[in-house]
Amino acid sequence: MPHVAQPESIVVQLNALAGGLFLLSAFGMVATRQVQGCMRFFILQSVFLASSAVLLGLELRSWHLIAVGVINLVNKAILIPWLFKKTVSEEVYTKREISQVLNIPISLLVALGLTVGAYYLASPMLKVGAGLPALANLPIGLATLLLGAYTLTVRREAVPQLLGILSMENGAFFASLAIAPELHLFIELVIAFDLLVAVFVIAVLTRAIQRRIGTTEVGSLAALKEESVR
Amino acid sequence: MGIKIAYNLAQVVVVMLFAPLVAGVINRLKEMVQSKRGPSIFQPYFDIWKLFHKDEVISEESSWIFRFTPYLVFVTPIFVTLLIPVLTSYPLFFAFMGDMLGGGFVLALGGFFATLAAVDTGNPYGPMGASRTRLVGFLAEPVFMIVFFTVSFVAGSTIPYIVQQKWVHPIANFFEPTHILVMLAFFMLILAEGGRIPVDNPSGHFELVMIDESKGLEYSGPGAALMKWGGQMKLFVLICIFLNVLVTPWGLASGVGVGELLLAVPLVLLKIFIFVLALVTVESSLAKLRLFRISEFLGAAFVISVAAMITWLFAV
Repeated sequence: MPHVAQPESIVVQLNALAGGLFLLSAFGMVATRQVQGCMRFFILQSVFLASSAVLLGLELRSWHLIAVGVINLVNKAILIPWLFKKTVSEEVYTKREISQVLNIPISLLVALGLTVGAYYLASPMLKVGAGLPALANLPIGLATLLLGAYTLTVRREAVPQLLGILSMENGAFFASLAIAPELHLFIELVIAFDLLVAVFVIAVLTRAIQRRIGTTEVGSLAALKEESVR
Repeated sequence: MGIKIAYNLAQVVVVMLFAPLVAGVINRLKEMVQSKRGPSIFQPYFDIWKLFHKDEVISEESSWIFRFTPYLVFVTPIFVTLLIPVLTSYPLFFAFMGDMLGGGFVLALGGFFATLAAVDTGNPYGPMGASRTRLVGFLAEPVFMIVFFTVSFVAGSTIPYIVQQKWVHPIANFFEPTHILVMLAFFMLILAEGGRIPVDNPSGHFELVMIDESKGLEYSGPGAALMKWGGQMKLFVLICIFLNVLVTPWGLASGVGVGELLLAVPLVLLKIFIFVLALVTVESSLAKLRLFRISEFLGAAFVISVAAMITWLFAV
């Protein structure tokens, strides 16, 4: 049944709202045309992720989730954009339109289909866990995971593809708040640093590609060319 | 019974009186943002007054549709005013004559005739504007449908007076993701339907890029005044639906006293003023979209409205 009329606390509602806006920023990443816009939506998404973690921390009275939220905020909303700015700034901040395999209205419809699919997949689990405060996070995280994968597939540029991967990670994280809110803090820290290293490596790679061929439009790379090393 | 009819008519009077004022305030604020002085906020009243005292010229080639349309464009927002909460939070006499879908259809009727009239005269710019309006219209239609269906599904009713109670009792409902997403989608719809900036430039004077304005180019005198006034009332009514039904159903008269009704007028105008500030911010910070990008704008609105529906359907 759609909605059980039960008094929900305002914190739970705010968490659901953060979830809705989180999903919306994932849609934004599918729909924007410029790298900078993509970046901004990613930062927004991370902020909503962090706020959801903090809100759930307040609701479940665990300082742990609040710490997770702060780690996420610092890592994804500040460090990663800063890293991008340092390594591939001309690519991020030039106002150029990103080419896409599918045009944007079709992309949006596909994204919608993915979201419905995610909700459909999550619905049996939603029935099992009815009443948990973090339950709204599960389908939204799943949907964002799929949307990130979709962004990764259709974008032809290196930086938005990387942002797609990060969005997938965000989605998985968001869903994990529902499934395993008591994950050990060390693991969170390890994930955060791993992510930072991965971003750094891919950004440097992007920069190398750009040096070599003058663009980061990796979709137009038709074949791998082997150079004589010796 | 009698007082409810009177209040219903009072709503109509309020809409008729203050719709040009809202248009004037929007224009003035936009000019101020561009660091100009801008016309007086009462300029739309002067315009309408002036036009009513001018002669009307009607093309001999036009049919009855052209003559009939200004009256229809003028009357349809008034009909919708009878159905929606403008000043009171309890249903008035005509509230159950039609629901939100009915109101949408009545507004669409006015738009339909305006389009026909634009094609009627044979002016080259009219049909162009008409076809573009239809382009925007048919992209906006699914969003309208989904928004209204979501809203009525959530509230269990399509009568606006019942819907408006749903989001604020208890107050936690206000922060439901469905509510926020519906608000966002409807705001984008107002921009599209009202011919505001990311979709259409209401103050543009270049016929080739006009969407909404070019439909009324052929009208003169009282006809033009009615078209103008009707358009302003349509915007006012859309804002009222947005504010009083979807966003902030506060500040409305809840008792039957005349004092409360009179107090509701400035409160509603204050809410509209705050909305206008937001509208001017959006209009001043965005550029008009290219024609074929409009489908993306409304596609985004559609996705948001469907997301609103999904989050409700599967809500815990």
